[in-house]
Amino acid sequence: MSAKLTAQATLEREFLPTRAKILEIAATLDRIARCDGSEPVDPRVKQLQSALEIVLDDNSDRAARIQLLFSRPFDENWPTNLQMPKR
Amino acid sequence: MYYIDPHIHMVSRTTDDYETLTKMGCVALSEPAFWAGYDRGSIDGFRDYFRQLTDFESRRAANYGIQHFTWLCINAKEAENVELSREVIAMIPEFLEAPGVLGIGEIGLNKNTRNEAIVFLEHLDLAMKTGEQILIHTPHLEDKYQGTRMILDMLRGDSRIDRQRVLVDHVEEHTIRPVLEAGFWAGMTLYPVSKCTPARAADMVEIYGPERLLVNSAGDWGPSKPTAVPDFILEMRRRGHGEDLIRRMVYDNPLAFFGQSRNFKFEAPC
Repeated sequence: MSAKLTAQATLEREFLPTRAKILEIAATLDRIARCDGSEPVDPRVKQLQSALEIVLDDNSDRAARIQLLFSRPFDENWPTNLQMPKR
Repeated sequence: MYYIDPHIHMVSRTTDDYETLTKMGCVALSEPAFWAGYDRGSIDGFRDYFRQLTDFESRRAANYGIQHFTWLCINAKEAENVELSREVIAMIPEFLEAPGVLGIGEIGLNKNTRNEAIVFLEHLDLAMKTGEQILIHTPHLEDKYQGTRMILDMLRGDSRIDRQRVLVDHVEEHTIRPVLEAGFWAGMTLYPVSKCTPARAADMVEIYGPERLLVNSAGDWGPSKPTAVPDFILEMRRRGHGEDLIRRMVYDNPLAFFGQSRNFKFEAPC
């Protein structure tokens, strides 16, 4: 299944909402910088920066990759590590 | 367009919401058991909740021409109390033959703990013993990926499970593929802050197609929008998608999934 709209039509439709969302992000980062106190020493700051780098790259699946960036990594050995009872 | 909301918590909503939903075209909905915002203190608290879901709520919906269906369980947020969870699981069969009960749900994980996983597996056992369908909640935000993968591991580890009778809900861009590829139904929840927007849900329909895919509002007592499914319909129309595809997503697919439950007695609107 594919999108019905052309890329140009999608851009026409999404340009203003996307512009607004980018401005919201920029203003939020400005707000953090403007507040009293030094920049937070918080790993989430780096997460936000990394997410923005994904937004800017040319590869596909940006949304899925950003979701994974904000996710805890999967522990394949979770049954052992949680000491799950044998079934 | 008539539509069905497959996941909405109407006990948390006002009667005015029922009126709005019916005006928007909602003809049926299903309400999984969930967390009340506080941990219930006793088995009787759950018994009263299940009476509300299976009796009062269906009558309140019927006053507005909406058919109400429900799912029963103890929510993952309360599963840390394993003793109480086991009491609830033992009590659920009292209600399984009540009209409109579609199965066990929304079971799942919240913080992906050992106790949550144990209670999830014991719910699966109940569903297999009683032949019920299953509706599954996946965790939010940073816990979603790990929790969804754990849930899929547990489901795949149980050979009794018919994957066509299981709905894994709240999928997003990073979890939809493994759910669909494993043969389960997937639900996209339209929620203002966490979960998914109508536009992102439409993106996923365009990427993955409509097969075994549902869309719901999960309206509850938190910030949520009970009319989110009509928002999705509008988004799909604005993108030029045909009415057949939209109807499949919001009406035919819920009927196909729910229709596997022996208690799904649906009367199509005239």
